[in-house]
Amino acid sequence: MSDRRDVWITGIGLVSSLGEGLEAHWTALATPAKPAVDETTYAPYVLHPLAKIDFDQQIPKRGDQRQMEPWQRIGTYAAGLALDSAGLKGNKEILATTDMVVAAGGGERDQTVDGAILTDIEKQPNPEVFLSEQLQSNLRPTLFLAQLSNLLAGNISIVHGVTGSSRTFMGEESSGTDAVRIGWSRIAAGTSEIALVGGAYNAERRDMLLLFALKSVALHAPWAPVLVDPKGVPTGSAGAFLVLESPEHAMARGAKPIAKLSGVWSERAKRGEPGAIEALVDEMIRTAKGDVSEGTAILSAACGAPEPTSAEVAAISRAGLPVRSVTDRVGHSLEAQMPVALALAALAVSKGKLFAPLEGETLEEAFDGTLTRAIVTGVGHWRGEGVALVERVD
Amino acid sequence: MASYTDKAGRPIVVVTGAGMVTSLGQGKQDNWAKLIAGKSGIHRITRFPIDGLRTTIAGTVDFLAESGRSAPDLSEELASLAAAEAIAESGIGSKGNFPGPLFCAVPPIEIEWPQRRVLAQESAANGPITYDDLLRAAEAGTHEAWHERFLYGSIADHLADKFGTRGQPISLSTACASGNTSIQLGIEAIRRGDCEAALSIATDGSVTAEALIRFSLLSALSTNNENPEAASRPFSKNRDGFIIAEGAGALVLESLEHAMARGAEIIGVLEGVGEMADSFHRTRSSPDAKPVIGCMRAALTDAGVTADDIDYINAHGTSTPENDRMEFTGMSAVFGERIGSIPLSSNKSMIGHTLTAAAAIEAVISLLTIRNGRIPPTINYEIPDPAIPLDVVPNVARDTQVNRVMSNSFGFGGQNVCLLLTGEPA
Repeated sequence: MSDRRDVWITGIGLVSSLGEGLEAHWTALATPAKPAVDETTYAPYVLHPLAKIDFDQQIPKRGDQRQMEPWQRIGTYAAGLALDSAGLKGNKEILATTDMVVAAGGGERDQTVDGAILTDIEKQPNPEVFLSEQLQSNLRPTLFLAQLSNLLAGNISIVHGVTGSSRTFMGEESSGTDAVRIGWSRIAAGTSEIALVGGAYNAERRDMLLLFALKSVALHAPWAPVLVDPKGVPTGSAGAFLVLESPEHAMARGAKPIAKLSGVWSERAKRGEPGAIEALVDEMIRTAKGDVSEGTAILSAACGAPEPTSAEVAAISRAGLPVRSVTDRVGHSLEAQMPVALALAALAVSKGKLFAPLEGETLEEAFDGTLTRAIVTGVGHWRGEGVALVERVD
Repeated sequence: MASYTDKAGRPIVVVTGAGMVTSLGQGKQDNWAKLIAGKSGIHRITRFPIDGLRTTIAGTVDFLAESGRSAPDLSEELASLAAAEAIAESGIGSKGNFPGPLFCAVPPIEIEWPQRRVLAQESAANGPITYDDLLRAAEAGTHEAWHERFLYGSIADHLADKFGTRGQPISLSTACASGNTSIQLGIEAIRRGDCEAALSIATDGSVTAEALIRFSLLSALSTNNENPEAASRPFSKNRDGFIIAEGAGALVLESLEHAMARGAEIIGVLEGVGEMADSFHRTRSSPDAKPVIGCMRAALTDAGVTADDIDYINAHGTSTPENDRMEFTGMSAVFGERIGSIPLSSNKSMIGHTLTAAAAIEAVISLLTIRNGRIPPTINYEIPDPAIPLDVVPNVARDTQVNRVMSNSFGFGGQNVCLLLTGEPA
């Protein structure tokens, strides 16, 4: 539509295995040693564990922290960083009108309770009655709150006071793309002025690895770059939130843009059809790129699973643009991966530079020009193709 | 000729098809007959053993051939039945080709106990079972289908394939407000001009022993086990919790212009929607009811009408002591003195609380209420709560013209969405 407004990114909150905040990430990205990975704790799997975070800094009440499981803490923390970054922390008036779209999974089992039940259940005369008894006696009542997808958003409302609206999207990788897309669409169309969008993922969970293991798509150690030879999903703990804002609203409160979010596209290829993913991602990149190649790079949020990532690599190779793999640096955070990649894209565009290539990731080549635009791509491990365009605001 | 835009100049969004499944039955006709007869779908649980459980009743959907499979299996089947009914009524598109996006509210999804038990047994562990054993068994690759089944996106993905909706479907949850959020996303997409039609579905077939126990541990469920049909008592003095239940609701949304152009019958107008989140507590609503007041007022403002224009309220009315009191407080602030005389009722008195699906089912019932000029009752209203004096259309359906309905939904976790529906474009 022609009457769409610009959408600025005026705040970013990011936590990952590389640390917290934009500057810590920029420093870490400048020295591309091997990423922060754990190859032993969850053997045979490799994952990117969360850097040490002092949760008190964004979630001051210990009582609040106790009511959350790690994925919710990571997200609530990242959301707080984003609000700080946008200069909104404690601004009750604006937070009461801030719209929120959160991409979330859920779950987080009490693995001790589950293990104890599974150890004994088959010896019972009536296994189902035994199961009910055990759950009734041993489940923490508040664990339920840590399991529900919409309770990350609930916690952000409680801890940070964001109450304009609250929606939670699920559906793995695509939920992160759609959370950003819906927040962006509403501001672009003039029906929202400011939105907090993002997601969080805790990779340090055997119950989530189990879901991947059923299809043998979790990456086994040793760690390896995903674009050159995708062998599995290297999951990573991370949380990322963006504050999206109309230029009018931002200027009225004296806020400066970090970058402009110029478009978000969410699609669903027919995975059974040969070439379908490639063709779709090709088209999405062409749409995002337009006629401009100069100063433009692709940041891939590839999942690392063999087939979808091979298709993503084929499409981004053809685009003829410098490429960087976000997943190589911080791992794959499922629902949060598109927001994480967008955070790094906005950071790079705001610096006007692309971070250094990673050794062994042959698609990554040196780029010394001024970076003004970044196209983020992400093909989900099972479904969902997402592309977004971030541009510098001059 | 009628205008295609509303007072705010936005495309008018109408409903051209609706479908539902609840514990009372499948389809609008069957459900409506039972709802206006004041029948309850709440019964003793047979899906799993109830020995030792504090709550032994529910509104599970047990009449389908395949009831009792995993929660996502049943949720998907319920959604599919409701959507098929809605699309057939609407006559939109062609078979397997729905000309718009899908917004689908789904319950929590995770690998369940039957799968864990199989993996534990297959792991043949010698000592205590841990998740490492389950992981080892999973990597054997004999249960690949479980991966897809227990992804959050799989229900909507399968429905998108079946009905041929456009683009990537959005799976969503705002807990008990989810159904209204699925409708809201469709309204917004049509108003923005992103599409001319949308399919909004909300489904919940997730009553397992563990789900029941989790709600029970939070003291949210009724323990009026003796007489299941009389257990759900919204707004009564002796209400003591909600009844967990299953079902699905689906709506075909279209711009008025699109619907008129293809000569579709319009069964209702989605005039306004409002939302506001609560920052008070994870399970309790703000005692001053400010968020629900804000949410109802936002819906009125969005529709460009006032509280005086509302003829009937389809209440959230869960039958928990706290919700019904808080909802009364909120409605009193919005409607003032009039609140004692506006008819309102809670469908949950008959079908229980279908959680993720509730708001979509209640939107379908609201449209039926307008169309039939009959308000379904709040059953089991034997002992009025003097603290919340309301006209709950007690126990017996009422014939009266209803032009505009407010349908409330307040989510566990603080997400509130209010919908305004009318029969015909203004």
